[in-house]
Amino acid sequence: MLALVSPALLVILLLIVLPVGWLAWQSIYHDGFTLEHYRRILSEDIYWRSFALTFEISLLVTVLALVLGYPVAYAANAVSKAWSVVILALVVLPFWTSVLVRAYAWLALLQRTGVINQFLRYLDVIGEPLALVHNTFGTVVATVHILLPFMVLPLYATMQKIPNDLMQAGASLGGSPAFTFFRVFLPLSLPGVLAGSTMVFVLCLGFYITPELLGGGRTVMVSMLVSRNVELYNQFGAASAVAVVLLLSVLLIFFVVSRFISLDRVLGQK
Amino acid sequence: MDKRAESVEIRSASKAYGAVRALDDVSLNVGAGEFVSLLGPSGSGKTTLLGILGGFILPSSGSIHFGGRDVTYMPPHKREIGVVFQNYALFPHMSVGENVAFPLRARRLPKSTWPDRVRAALAMVGLSGYEHRGIAQLSGGQRQRVALARAMIFEPQLILMDEPLSALDKQLRESMQIELRTLHKRIGATIIYVTHDQREALTMSDRVAVMKDGKLIQIDEPARLHDHPADSFVASFIGEATLLPVRRIDSCSVALGNSVLRSARAIPPGDALMLAVHSEKLLIDDGAGDGACNRLTGTVTDIVYQGESLRIFLSLADGSALSLRQPTYHEAYRRIPPVGGNLIVTLHPEDTIVVPRVD
Repeated sequence: MLALVSPALLVILLLIVLPVGWLAWQSIYHDGFTLEHYRRILSEDIYWRSFALTFEISLLVTVLALVLGYPVAYAANAVSKAWSVVILALVVLPFWTSVLVRAYAWLALLQRTGVINQFLRYLDVIGEPLALVHNTFGTVVATVHILLPFMVLPLYATMQKIPNDLMQAGASLGGSPAFTFFRVFLPLSLPGVLAGSTMVFVLCLGFYITPELLGGGRTVMVSMLVSRNVELYNQFGAASAVAVVLLLSVLLIFFVVSRFISLDRVLGQK
Repeated sequence: MDKRAESVEIRSASKAYGAVRALDDVSLNVGAGEFVSLLGPSGSGKTTLLGILGGFILPSSGSIHFGGRDVTYMPPHKREIGVVFQNYALFPHMSVGENVAFPLRARRLPKSTWPDRVRAALAMVGLSGYEHRGIAQLSGGQRQRVALARAMIFEPQLILMDEPLSALDKQLRESMQIELRTLHKRIGATIIYVTHDQREALTMSDRVAVMKDGKLIQIDEPARLHDHPADSFVASFIGEATLLPVRRIDSCSVALGNSVLRSARAIPPGDALMLAVHSEKLLIDDGAGDGACNRLTGTVTDIVYQGESLRIFLSLADGSALSLRQPTYHEAYRRIPPVGGNLIVTLHPEDTIVVPRVD
């Protein structure tokens, strides 16, 4: 058994354990053992603000993705097989375009002279162009778009497992469609809500390209702190420390969530 | 429980899925308080018909009436019918009590009235004190009872059941059949019951409707259905019958190979006729029988011991095979020759069933 899994274990060791271990090592060792980088993260305002902003944006993106994604997953689950394939294909389609391209596409749509502003001005709804991008708004819009599949797919998988019998039973027992939805369908889809929300939230915490391009330098998320520490200040130790804190936050979230649902059951086959 | 049961009328209901006619012009009247089974092999349309009655499937044509009201387009939650599903369809995130109280909650009845009614409903199915159990903690039989309690707590005048016992083992199934029969007499509701098990249908029903390929073939009381099948399909589906092709001689006799069999019933017209020989109606000839009985001579090819009875397989002179049952009491063994021996059996003209052949 061990002989069979050892190639896989070797790959994990080389590609995951070693780099992460090296990252953690760098954050605490610079000409000797030091916790200086962690002290700075805890004491300096810019770090606090960036972490707070990152969590705020992630929360907002998660809520928006849930509000937008639940009806999509519900529709894909309710319609016939052929139509659900179409809906899911439309959800997954953007996956085949690079994140960079999608970010520039949003830039083209949202900028001052972009399609949306020009259209609104043409209709005389607004006089001055709206600031739709180079701020948190633009970042959130594009991030929601990019992360939506991570919400829709676990939701859809969970909804697929809710037997249709239960909805028919709810109706036959006198439950109106709304009553049966809120008492039966919604509670049974909660594992999918939790799984999808966790995926989106965690992925959003580490988002880099989208806020970098659409945030206009004002929306500084944690991942951008990492890159700035390296690019501007050549501070690999500080960058590593920020990355480690981010990683630990993510692990903590997964740990807490796994107390409520079995993540591999929702994301995997069983 | 005091209540009025509701009659059901199905007027030439059809359901087509593309080119497939899942239900083909079925008309059926079910009297108030009657227990009617829909019996047929899978794909016979019985579940489609139940779905139409429940309001889950819209018929392509025809109409459904409950107690004189047209309910064809009424959504399921307004039909006031209890439905028991094949896999029980209990809500897994609710306790037994919450499941049973669901219809009361859906009807916005005052919460103070729930506990008494839930207790009464659970008592009726023999599950007193189970209110706080989780669904996962219950056995198959207990889940079945919870589903029944939930379907009956709002005192529906009509209850639909879709093979509710099929997931249970044989012994439990048989005791539940008797329980359902008793329960039906007690609550007096009209029950329409879908099953593919003919014995189950015969055990519980006032009348049994046999379905095939979306059509209603015959509806009759159990004894009538068993002994007076409308055609060879019903004859082969109900009871333990061997079907042999026969030739019509006149209105009261047919030829099976070289032997002539007399029937006390009118032989149906036409050339494609089958003799339906129920294994319990063939008796070993002990010389004491009625002289008018039809006699057949065969060679014993096998004897199978099945506990309460032996099943004896015979091969007739023309090669056709028959079987008969003999209860396993001491005296009976003396009459049975060993395998390879000859045996003369009698078939009373009243039991000589000739039906038109259908494919």
